[in-house]
Amino acid sequence: MSEQFDVRGLSCPLPVVKVKNKLMELKEGVLEVLVDIGTAKDNVTRMANNNGWKVEVKEQGEDYLLIISR
Amino acid sequence: MFKNFFISRKSIVFTGAFIGIAAAILQKLGNPANMGICVACMERDIAGALGFHRATVVQYIRPEIIGFVLGSLIAALIFKEFKPRAGSAPLIRFFLGILAMIGSLVFLGCPWRALLRLAGGDGNALFGIAGLVAGILIGIFFIRSGYNLGRNQRTYPFTGWILPLVMVGLFLLLIFKPQLPTGAVFFSSEGPGSQYAPVLIAFIIALAIGFLAQRTRFCTVAAARDVILIKDTYLFTGVVSLLIAAWLGNVVLGQFNPGFQGQPIAHTSQIWNFGGMVLAGLAFTLAGGCPGRQLFLSGEGDADAAVFVLGMIFGAGFAHNFATASSGSGPGAWGPAAVIVGLIICLIIGFSMSNIGKKEVSV
Repeated sequence: MSEQFDVRGLSCPLPVVKVKNKLMELKEGVLEVLVDIGTAKDNVTRMANNNGWKVEVKEQGEDYLLIISR
Repeated sequence: MFKNFFISRKSIVFTGAFIGIAAAILQKLGNPANMGICVACMERDIAGALGFHRATVVQYIRPEIIGFVLGSLIAALIFKEFKPRAGSAPLIRFFLGILAMIGSLVFLGCPWRALLRLAGGDGNALFGIAGLVAGILIGIFFIRSGYNLGRNQRTYPFTGWILPLVMVGLFLLLIFKPQLPTGAVFFSSEGPGSQYAPVLIAFIIALAIGFLAQRTRFCTVAAARDVILIKDTYLFTGVVSLLIAAWLGNVVLGQFNPGFQGQPIAHTSQIWNFGGMVLAGLAFTLAGGCPGRQLFLSGEGDADAAVFVLGMIFGAGFAHNFATASSGSGPGAWGPAAVIVGLIICLIIGFSMSNIGKKEVSV
């Protein structure tokens, strides 16, 4: 079972910093991240990809659910 | 996919190059020297046009600022990213806007103009850019220590429309130039405020920049911040692209004049070129992005970014009324003191809103 991590409403660069820290703890597995704005979605996706994680983006109402895995 | 094009490396390089060339061309078409685009200076000119300060040489409603917000609004509406939101420490953001403007006007330019001054050959800009990086580094220290202004919340759509509507109002004032008995709206008859590119061309170019920057998330402060903080060079590539394109544009248009002395709208007091930008860089980092970025965020409905923009306009009024803004001859009478007090305020904000010396607070 994966955990859902809510970084909605946070200013740049907090969403990407918080998700990066979480991924460093996790090392491998699945992390579900809830973001609300396009910038955070793009930043988190790029950071995860650069660090060897796969990201699947799903629109969830007005938010985005990022399913990050490796 | 079209949507993905905008977040590719190519798109940020294109956006940076577009801004750099646009700035060189806007200067050729009439904007002040090495000021094809300067978010801080242009907001300052708007503050002057509205009579918020009495520096008669810097009063003009700059269509570039209007275009940045409205271009971003158009992109956000088309790509379903217009999301009205508010409520993340607005008063703190207002003061960060004031301090960012005070710092920028001690250096005489925001991060955008720092790059454009360098691209025009102004060596003094190197001290400003060094200060900017130093300010960003202090900001990163706070971010690593848990600095957080708190979450915003979704809000009523009208809240997100307020700054775009203010921009429409400014555009009408620019086009119709009403003259009130008080003298407002004020337009400079000499000095930088009297130098401007044709309104429609400047506005359309700025709309395009606003559109591109909203899509690519262009930000001159995050460019340096992200390299250091998360080892991401995406935005940095855009800034390098801007610098090279503006330099090439200036060389081609005969606007490249290397040197330190006698540079346009610049002074050689290096300690305050550096110090002003330490303050600005720190304030921008604590607020989450450069002044251009704050305009683009405002266009996509971020009312907290809009409060920061209003803080900058207020700060411009303060900076000229209280002689903290520099001139070509050097810092204003109260400029150095304002930088020091501003830095102290930013440090208090940084320390009090992070986890330094206390148990973790989650906001």
